[in-house]
Amino acid sequence: MTTSRWAAVPEPPPAATREAYGPALVALAEAGHDIVALDADLSASTGGNKLAAAFPERWFTVGAAEQNMISIAAGLASTGKTVYAASFAVFMPGHCFDQIRVQIAQQRMNVKLVASHGGISVGEDGASAQAIEDLALMTSLPGINVVVPSDAVEADRAIRRAAEDDQPWYIRLGRPKLPIVYTEGASFELGKADQLRDGSDLTLIACGLMVEPTLRAADTLAAEGLSARVLNVATLKPLDEDAIVRAANDTGAIVCAEEHNVIGGLGSAVARTLSRRCPVPMEQVGIEDRFGQSGTWTALLDEYGLTAEAVITAAKRVVARK
Amino acid sequence: MTTNSAPAQTDALLDVCKRIRRHIVEMTHAAQSGHPGGSLSATEIFAALYFGGVARHDPLNPHWDRRDRVILSKGHATPVVYATLAQAGYFDAQLIPTFRALGTELQGHVVRNRPPGVEMSGGALGMGLSFAVGIALGHGLDGLPDDEGQIFVVVGDGELNEGQNWEAIMSASHFGLHRITAILDRNHFQNDGPGDEIMRIDPVADKWASFGWGVQEVDGHDVVAVRDALLTARGRNDAPQVVICETVKGRGVSFMAENPAGWHGKGPSDEQLAQALEEIDGGLS
Repeated sequence: MTTSRWAAVPEPPPAATREAYGPALVALAEAGHDIVALDADLSASTGGNKLAAAFPERWFTVGAAEQNMISIAAGLASTGKTVYAASFAVFMPGHCFDQIRVQIAQQRMNVKLVASHGGISVGEDGASAQAIEDLALMTSLPGINVVVPSDAVEADRAIRRAAEDDQPWYIRLGRPKLPIVYTEGASFELGKADQLRDGSDLTLIACGLMVEPTLRAADTLAAEGLSARVLNVATLKPLDEDAIVRAANDTGAIVCAEEHNVIGGLGSAVARTLSRRCPVPMEQVGIEDRFGQSGTWTALLDEYGLTAEAVITAAKRVVARK
Repeated sequence: MTTNSAPAQTDALLDVCKRIRRHIVEMTHAAQSGHPGGSLSATEIFAALYFGGVARHDPLNPHWDRRDRVILSKGHATPVVYATLAQAGYFDAQLIPTFRALGTELQGHVVRNRPPGVEMSGGALGMGLSFAVGIALGHGLDGLPDDEGQIFVVVGDGELNEGQNWEAIMSASHFGLHRITAILDRNHFQNDGPGDEIMRIDPVADKWASFGWGVQEVDGHDVVAVRDALLTARGRNDAPQVVICETVKGRGVSFMAENPAGWHGKGPSDEQLAQALEEIDGGLS
């Protein structure tokens, strides 16, 4: 067995996107935001316990009862609070989709759903714990902002930005410690793609944990003579369609990379945009419609083809189709 | 300002019940759909809440921040909600024939703030008590006095099949949310038939009590008894309360009450409407 391509982690010290949640909540409360946060018996993993320690009156745990948590969140929001609710992505939306649909989305409640442990990078816990479908579920609901931060810096910005409006949000975070993309800070803007590299031969579009390997892929491609634009599309909804159409017009080929089923996530959203507004060759890097399994998170990402190498291969394939 | 200041006398309450029942059969007739059976069974509950001096509310200021909140968790029973809100002055009763039509404010299942006075979207069963827990937690954070911001949640007995109710019932007592009063419309029938055959919930009073709630049981068609039980529940500050209302699905319209499973979700014909209105005016209820 070969050494994982994810084994070597560069400086600065890596951090999990989920690690941003607790400190961001505390910062919001300290800044005077009227927030309340809910957990469902996973507060040490989500980081909600940090708010519980600093502002105990602003935090409630409902036990292992996600349906109850979501409807409670809606009720709290109806009294004027800004409500954060946290769990694992397999349980929220997985365990409480109808509560999210009727009580958060249809009622347009000021509730920020923060789902940690998204994707297969959860690791050893296996298929039942690995959300490969949460983005498909959440982007299918009218009126919810869906955000997948690429690193802990961007996650912090997104979590705090969510408190500034009264809209429902879904923010997907991850378990493993990842390289920092935004070493010099991020200015997260809801609904805007962030162009990390410019290029002319193709565009690589990524979200979440796939942004960093996509940047490495662009470096390798450049050394081989292919100039790749790189877009971090952290906001899946509302999607920055103009940036995607601009990329298609300027570079003529697109690769999408995400830690999600290739059905229903970022790639699907980009394909829908391209097919309607600017059809160009497109390839997807993602989970090819199969469930996860146990393994270290790096072994899993290798096994499911979520690597810089997979992005490079897809890039060469899509350029050949131009 | 509130109906609480001038509770209706018994004769007036009985008259309100008749008018609510008329609206229920009229609107399900107009729509040729909807849920008359479980609306007729809850008629005295809603009359007591809105006209018996139980819920503090103001039709002219439906978002009054210290109002009591009435939540329909069995969200298909919209006819009794719209009939009551129309009688209470929340909207013009002339809208009633638009029930379930395209573009109407009177949606098939409850939609929050449509019309104003509807506190929660529903129709997916089992969510109302949890929503009430959230409101009660918010009111607690805001420091509302004990007798303000009470929350009344009308739940169905078939609805209690949904596990989320028991999550909410557990959490309401865990958090000590005495502002919450659940009102069980115990009409013994659910969509597929008799509750005892579909999924038995008894001993429901014991179950609720074992979760730490205060329990009262009343004849759900004795509007004075319902009112008195709700006022008692409203005044209790030691635990969340439930009032179990023993009711008849389709009460007040003989052919519905005699065949409750057949009148869960459909509207009466022209002839049936005429008979129903005659029976309601005659005061069978």
